[in-house]
Amino acid sequence: MSDVQKSKGADKKSLPLFFNISFKVIFIIVFTSSVLLYFTFTFEEVPPILNRGIQPATFPKALLILIISLSLIVYYLSIKVPWNIEKKLPNSFYITLASFIIFSVLSVTLDFFLGISVLSVLVSFFWGERRIFYLFLVAIIFPIIVFIFFETILGLRFPGGIITNLYYN
Amino acid sequence: MENLSLMLAPLLSSKLMIVLIFGTLFGLILGVLPGLGPTTGGALILPFTMTLDPLSAIVLLTAIYCAGTYGGAITAVLINTPGTPAAAATCLDGYPLAQKGEAGRALGMATVSSTIGGIFSVVVLVFFAPLLAQLAYEFGQPEYFALAIFGLTMLASIGEGSPIKNLIAGAFGILISTIGKDFMTSIDRFTFGINELSEGIGFIPVVVGLFAISEMLTQSTLLDQIFNRVALKAVKLPSISDYKKTWITILRSSGIGSFIGVLPAEGGTVASLIGYSEAKRWSKNPEEFGKGSVEGIAGAEAANNAATGGAMVPTLALGIPGSATTAVILTGLIIHGVRPGPDLFREQPDFLYGIFGAMLIANVLFFIFGFFGAKIFARITLVPNKLLWPMIFAVSVCGTYSLSQSILDVWIMLFFGVIGFFMRRYGFSVVPVIIGLILGELVEGTLRQSLVIFEGDWLRFLTRPIAVTFFILSLIALIFPLLRKKKSNE
Repeated sequence: MSDVQKSKGADKKSLPLFFNISFKVIFIIVFTSSVLLYFTFTFEEVPPILNRGIQPATFPKALLILIISLSLIVYYLSIKVPWNIEKKLPNSFYITLASFIIFSVLSVTLDFFLGISVLSVLVSFFWGERRIFYLFLVAIIFPIIVFIFFETILGLRFPGGIITNLYYN
Repeated sequence: MENLSLMLAPLLSSKLMIVLIFGTLFGLILGVLPGLGPTTGGALILPFTMTLDPLSAIVLLTAIYCAGTYGGAITAVLINTPGTPAAAATCLDGYPLAQKGEAGRALGMATVSSTIGGIFSVVVLVFFAPLLAQLAYEFGQPEYFALAIFGLTMLASIGEGSPIKNLIAGAFGILISTIGKDFMTSIDRFTFGINELSEGIGFIPVVVGLFAISEMLTQSTLLDQIFNRVALKAVKLPSISDYKKTWITILRSSGIGSFIGVLPAEGGTVASLIGYSEAKRWSKNPEEFGKGSVEGIAGAEAANNAATGGAMVPTLALGIPGSATTAVILTGLIIHGVRPGPDLFREQPDFLYGIFGAMLIANVLFFIFGFFGAKIFARITLVPNKLLWPMIFAVSVCGTYSLSQSILDVWIMLFFGVIGFFMRRYGFSVVPVIIGLILGELVEGTLRQSLVIFEGDWLRFLTRPIAVTFFILSLIALIFPLLRKKKSNE
């Protein structure tokens, strides 16, 4: 399920080098890998008698160098056959992504299940659901069912919060 | 005879039968829903399997695997959208035949050929897995290292997408497995001072993130998608003339699917495409393909279901997953403390043959449910994504949290969900990441132990014939797709 298609000359004309999508993707991979590679030099070393063949940092270093090298090959190939992005990401994607962030914040500051409810109602609403009953279903009824299932059948204790504490108290 | 009775044991256990029936029904529902499928569904249900004993847990996952693979055909035939990637080839002839008013015949052919393919592959599994396990007795650490490398390079060779991108994804998966305390020296790696990372990153947050959450983000970009549904009255068994036309195709595709499944890669999807193209190549009426040919449906469906048993062969015998879903099943085995490999065959034959038997019964069950209930399952596609995905999110979050009751796991799941979305968007398959994550410890552990055995001399790998064979196969696996690409460019 990829929007990327390779077609000759697809983004040659309109995009200068630094806005080329393959450049951006490969830059992110190489940059992140380089930062991680730097961190591998901060790993502790063990005396030769304990190092069991190689130092603990050697294997991750080799992997990161492999990732960087392969990424550069992918970039080189993308110069010959450029990537073509067909569609821009719609607003619904960014709203879903923002809902994840809202959930993450709410789940630790207010309540885990409040976070789920807010995410559910936001996603459902911005994906096109306008019927109050169905919004109520995904935001309230379903999380309650999930909570009861995990709490009673699996014996799980969820983190405390303004709503969950009402139940636990 | 003793093994046969072990295989039929699930039939005698009411608990296992309930698990099997639930797994088959759940797998069918997952297969029918585009975007879910047995891999994502298996990942979602993994945390719940912790409440079951190991056999029931793996029986549940394998039933989901078998039924989910078949379930994809229902949506492929009725709405021209494969419920699972493995059913993509089924759309080519299933939907045109349904448009001609023969949806029942198309689904009947898909059901019968899926069942035959599935049962054929279980027979292959029963015979070949113990043989492969026997061979694995010859393996030491260097051979296992070479085998794991071969498994990873095979992903580049026949996996979906660009070979080099698949290799990058596989290396990324192995890199994730290095997070936490080094298992040999207890030195922290990539923990960044976070104590919870010392234990490493769990499989489940990564699997659920890469499959379920990234799919949720993908679905958020497809809100304007419209399905054209074809009416279904009832599923019909194929006629005698249909059987005459397709029996060779079904057998051929079953063989192809089982073989492709055994190779460590994305079994079902590749198998169905090859099964379909071979059916077309050998057909007396190739011009009918794409216009509603029953041979096309049989070729694709027998192959993708045959890949299920095939993919279980390396999973159980060597601990190398044969497909994305078997990677999830392997995760299930590991979290239940079961280590696949030759020792499993020697020490727990009842467990293994229980799985074989469960797969056999699951194939019969999805035939029955598919035949009588396809119309009902087809209605599940009416559940709108705007309601379905928030519910899946709630289950994903709670399931991931439930494992170690850590909110960090939930954040890791969301993080990998976003990574997975962008990987798929830019043509990197997420399957190699999972396989790399699973094989990571094996790759590093066997490499380091081999170097201890070889006293640090890398060249001594060349003194081990089995390891050298796997290295040569790995090289072929790497070079073959590049040559194929060059040839196709020319």
